[in-house]
Amino acid sequence: MIYREAGIYRSSYAADMAIFPLALDRIVVGVVVVIAFGVIPFVASGYLLKGLLIPTLAYALAAIGLNILTGYAGQLSLGHAAFMAVGAYGAVIAYGRYGWPLLLSFLVGGLAAAAVGAVVGLPSLRIKGFYLAVTTLAVQYIVEWGITHVRWIGGGVYATIDVPDIVLLGAPIDTGPRRYLLCLGTVVVLTVFAKNLVRTRVGRAWMAIRDRDVAAEIMGIGLLRYKMLAFVVSSFYAGVAGALISFCFYQAANIEEYTLTISIRVLGMIIIGGMGSLLGSYLGAAFVVLLPIAISNAMVAVGRVSGGLVTTDVRANAELVIFGGLILFFLIVEPLGLARLWKTLKDYLRLWPFPY
Amino acid sequence: MSAQLSIHGVSKSFGGVQAVSGVDLEVGPDELVSVIGPNGAGKTSLLNMVSGFYHPDRGRIALDGQDITRVAPYRIAALGVARTFQNIALFKGMTVLDNLMLGRHVRMRSGVLASIAYWGLAQREEVRHRRRVEDVIDFLRIQDLRRRVTGSLPYGLQKRVELGRAVALEPKLLLLDEPMGGMNQEEKEDMARFILDVNEEWGTTVVLIEHDMGVVMDISDRVAVLDMGQKIAEGTPDEVRADPRVIKAYLGEKKVGHPARPAAR
Ligand SMILES: Nc1ncnc2c1ncn2[C@@H]1O[C@H](COP(=O)(O)OP(=O)(O)OP(=O)(O)O)[C@@H](O)[C@H]1O
Ligand SMILES: [Mg+2]
Repeated sequence: MIYREAGIYRSSYAADMAIFPLALDRIVVGVVVVIAFGVIPFVASGYLLKGLLIPTLAYALAAIGLNILTGYAGQLSLGHAAFMAVGAYGAVIAYGRYGWPLLLSFLVGGLAAAAVGAVVGLPSLRIKGFYLAVTTLAVQYIVEWGITHVRWIGGGVYATIDVPDIVLLGAPIDTGPRRYLLCLGTVVVLTVFAKNLVRTRVGRAWMAIRDRDVAAEIMGIGLLRYKMLAFVVSSFYAGVAGALISFCFYQAANIEEYTLTISIRVLGMIIIGGMGSLLGSYLGAAFVVLLPIAISNAMVAVGRVSGGLVTTDVRANAELVIFGGLILFFLIVEPLGLARLWKTLKDYLRLWPFPY
Repeated sequence: MSAQLSIHGVSKSFGGVQAVSGVDLEVGPDELVSVIGPNGAGKTSLLNMVSGFYHPDRGRIALDGQDITRVAPYRIAALGVARTFQNIALFKGMTVLDNLMLGRHVRMRSGVLASIAYWGLAQREEVRHRRRVEDVIDFLRIQDLRRRVTGSLPYGLQKRVELGRAVALEPKLLLLDEPMGGMNQEEKEDMARFILDVNEEWGTTVVLIEHDMGVVMDISDRVAVLDMGQKIAEGTPDEVRADPRVIKAYLGEKKVGHPARPAAR
């Protein structure tokens, strides 16, 4: 890891503009991908796959979606879970009720969410900051209401639709490893798309709007167009993430999994993981998925020592308090989140043993 | 009519303040015209109307004969007008390279679908425009700053990068609002050199607002003087220097040679 950049002369702009210009990064990423696709499905326990990896992947995709809107384009949303819900119900209805192919159903879910996103994005030219956040909060409630009250969508009071057996191109996706691979494949492809998007023309336009909207417009960026685009792309990602959660995790579309609490949780993921960072979306999702498990394990240990002091009630509240505390911590101490901490560590190691 | 930019009887008021009243100004292709005047004279407001940020209450603004009086800022940029701001308006969370690449936005085409499938059209476009941006980087001698986030740069360099972002657009008309404000003498000389080069070598029309009379008189083809929203004089630097109304406007303020620092807004 030491001196890896010394003497590297980048021979072309294409190479300089690659996603991972450094050979070592490419090797690390390659190894991670090989392990994720080729090793984990065969060795990981059912609990690890279903309890940790599948939700982490699906929420990472949701976090990427919110990061596009909030971290890159600078538009705060408190209604991200609403778009996830639209995607989940859209995909489950397309797949279960109309018998469309699996991937096409995911696409339908994503596009349905994107369509709602376009409508929400429309007033974003006039409504900014705090007021936009409140608007998205309203969207959250309206969508929840719509899904529970429109029978065609939610199917009744509980608004739960089961996902029939999943079949992808003739192959049944009926085991933990297979569901994991379905999630992984979808999320990796969409991550590559997102990376390409944020590092080129459209992504720069979003960041410019985030940093200084007036200057962005003077430099030729139509604000309405690009804000709408951010809402549309962000909601599409949320929609597909919602579909993954309902297909691979709960095996049902259930409105309880797409409430305001989830919107806040995804927002917490990008704050903790890192605003404007795709890696941060993964780190934040993993962190937030792991947190309740770590806390409950710790609580059980404490409970054993202290007798009956730690009730389930205390446990549930402790989780919220710690989650809130972490968000505050990152907002104040490290607004760029875990992704920045990771980069700092990498830079430190790169220069080690002679930091300047 | 051969003027690149023509401003006709333009007025703008904010509440009770008449910021600009009935100003005419013609700027020919390849000219470097300066707009000077005391603080609050209406210089920035005039520029804001040219770039479409405000629309005038009265009057008409045309670019190469095309009326742009009520055109939106981002469309005016696409017509080849770029500018810098009195109080630097860089994209502070982005690198120097990204700021300059953003300057190429209106010259590029890739949308969402071309971009997500990067390897192909989008990559070729990025590389092609990267080359133009590298020319700007070499020209401004900021090779070492490519990967720096602009918010972390010292003031003088931020001003230089902001000029770079505007120049990267390859504008036919470049509007500069106090590009040397707050700079030391050496930085000012560098900046004056850059502006002259952009104007002479790249054939870009420049409208410059600047308080430093030395620089203005040195590099301008023509100078227009605003005072309290009105144009009180216009001509070559020598003509303007000798104009009694100009002397009065400036003496009235006791600011000859030592114009006030640009007021922060
Ligand atoms: N957005 C605005 N709202 C209200 N008043 C404004 C606005 N913009 C400018 N003004 C007023 O218009 C007048 C002209 O301002 P302007 O900024 O154009 O002056 P200027 O010549 O650029 O001055 P300076 O040399 O200080 O930059 C001032 O009285 C200013 O307060
Ligand atoms: Mg001004």
